[in-house]
Amino acid sequence: MSNTSPSNFSSANKASSREGGKPAAEKRGGRIERKFRALADAGELGLIAYITAGDPSLDASAKIVLAAAEAGADIIELGVPFSDPVADGPVIQRASERALRSGTTLTGVLELVRHLRTRTNVPLVLFSYFNPLLQMGLEKFAEAAASAGADGVLATDLTPEEAGEYRAALGSRGLDTIFLAAPTSTDERIARIAEASTGFLYLVSRTGVTGAREVLPEGLPPLARRVRRFTSLPIAVGFGISAPAHVSVLGGIADAAVVGSALMAEVERAASADAAAVGVAALVRTLKSAARSGLSRRSNPPANPAAE
Amino acid sequence: MSAAPQTMPDSRGRYGPFGGRYVPETLVAPLEELERAYAEARADKSFQKELDDLLHNFAGRPTPLQFASRLTEQLAGPRIYLKREDLLHTGAHKINNALGQALLAVRMGKKRIIAETGAGQHGVATATVAARLGLTCTVYMGTEDMERQRLNVFRMRLLGAEVVGVDSGSRTLKDAINEAMRDWVTNVRTSHYLLGSVLGAHPYPQIVRDFQKIIGEEAREQILRAEERLPDHLIACVGGGSNAIGLFHAFLGDANVKMLGVEAGGRGKSLGEHAARLAAAEGFAGARPGVLQGTYTYLLQNADGQISTTHSVSAGLDYPGVGPEHAWLAEQGRAEYTAVSDEDAVAAARTLARVEGIIPALESAHALAELIRRAPKMRKDEVVILNLSGRGDKDMEILSRYV
Repeated sequence: MSNTSPSNFSSANKASSREGGKPAAEKRGGRIERKFRALADAGELGLIAYITAGDPSLDASAKIVLAAAEAGADIIELGVPFSDPVADGPVIQRASERALRSGTTLTGVLELVRHLRTRTNVPLVLFSYFNPLLQMGLEKFAEAAASAGADGVLATDLTPEEAGEYRAALGSRGLDTIFLAAPTSTDERIARIAEASTGFLYLVSRTGVTGAREVLPEGLPPLARRVRRFTSLPIAVGFGISAPAHVSVLGGIADAAVVGSALMAEVERAASADAAAVGVAALVRTLKSAARSGLSRRSNPPANPAAE
Repeated sequence: MSAAPQTMPDSRGRYGPFGGRYVPETLVAPLEELERAYAEARADKSFQKELDDLLHNFAGRPTPLQFASRLTEQLAGPRIYLKREDLLHTGAHKINNALGQALLAVRMGKKRIIAETGAGQHGVATATVAARLGLTCTVYMGTEDMERQRLNVFRMRLLGAEVVGVDSGSRTLKDAINEAMRDWVTNVRTSHYLLGSVLGAHPYPQIVRDFQKIIGEEAREQILRAEERLPDHLIACVGGGSNAIGLFHAFLGDANVKMLGVEAGGRGKSLGEHAARLAAAEGFAGARPGVLQGTYTYLLQNADGQISTTHSVSAGLDYPGVGPEHAWLAEQGRAEYTAVSDEDAVAAARTLARVEGIIPALESAHALAELIRRAPKMRKDEVVILNLSGRGDKDMEILSRYV
């Protein structure tokens, strides 16, 4: 299966080499860490937009991601499509199937990262199942992801217990390793997950797969407080977050909200890549505005009001 | 054989490099709970007593070890014994594990059982046991498998199970497991996932193996009684590999007993045309170690780590991965793995029907086909035990197409 590199990416590569070592130097500082610091200073809930790379094509994903970033997404999670997405609900399953049908490979997704890095400074997190990373080879993947300009990686089906080599490979190249905590996680496990995570910790809001839900689970606030006891890392909450009301509520509990299926439903509905970018941007704008106002404000106001 | 092979996984569920626990975080605590509950049950005599009673009075154990005199005569090779798991209630070895795990579920206070099924044999066994123990049961089955195993779909529904068709991916066993895992991750507090083969995250490969090892324990005693010696060869088909590991396990320490696992060679050697994960030496393409559905093992996949579709006439062997313990037995050279084509399996089923009056499941017919191929080259004083893991009633439609 040969990798189909979209035509406009070759010019992007040139742009990247023109900029020389500057992005690499920035990366050491940690784009993700800086972003969360800025959000905290502003007393603002972060919005993380998940986009399945390659649905319906890598070119389309580039447009969609740039539109989402421009509309206010603080961090982008780029989903690497996998044939057997056991943690995902129907919307992201279908997105993954479309992405694979369009010939998307991990190599192609890394090309997309390289392209995006020449156009935006938004933190980029690769969101993948473990097998594609493993098949590329963890060292080779880490090297490629870092040089393309990715900031972090989350492997859905990888827990800290199985992640020794992975953490070493990614960590040594300045890539953040983000792990999931879940409502079923014991205190002992949350401590281990917090210890293994850098950049932020991803808290799964409920038992279940990804996908939009009507309401947030009642147990979420105490769960988030429990996690908070074990880490000073920012906490991002995902799974089932789709509406401005969800985002508003999260402000008092977490540092960021992750929205995925709701955005990929926009992509699925759209008749073209441009329409998908417009649809995703509109939803991101609505959600980010909810994140900036109302309940989303931290109870402790920013030390420096001028930061707003 | 330099040293005794490892017969238990390490504390992280590893058989050599294979196995482990690769799951979304939500499932880790339930897997740990299962591991604890299983350890307690193993140490509890009343659990074993209840299981033994069900195996004996409900499922029909022990199963006979039948000397196949006419097949032995016709092939003019080794003395052939059939371990008759096909005679069990519901028609296959699957009920051994279904009973054990369902009792565990009851112990853990779970009232709902989730299962996946390929050929439908594990689904039927699970639906049966759920009915017997008063548990509710949901079975996931690929829509392609539902089509080719319609009778089993009807049986499960008759037994009160909900059968949910899975229309994603290859619409076979792999996709049914994905959907069962999604159900489990959602309903994890109330439901037990009754995985049907030696697959998945630790401790499943060990639990399923332990509930199936009674096959080999019985066979070992039976052959010692019949022949006053151990067999030279064990032969069994391998999908996930539960009937094979069930037969092999009691003989792992017997260095002179050779073990042969037979995979589905399907209709060709290129990726997508077969389900041969460990028989790569025979030219079957696409098998490399990787992570799927909780475990690190040999998988049929493309260069990018996307899992391949597979093909076999037998739904129960039509799966891209193989149990991690088999991967380890293969890598150590303790067991040998080979593959048999659709056509040869069907022919073998017909042979057994006519020569011994037994219609085998198409899965078991793969093991039989390999025995038929090798028998002429074996000595007459050699002894073979073949695991006849299931009966062929479910395969009538497919068999009739080949007549």
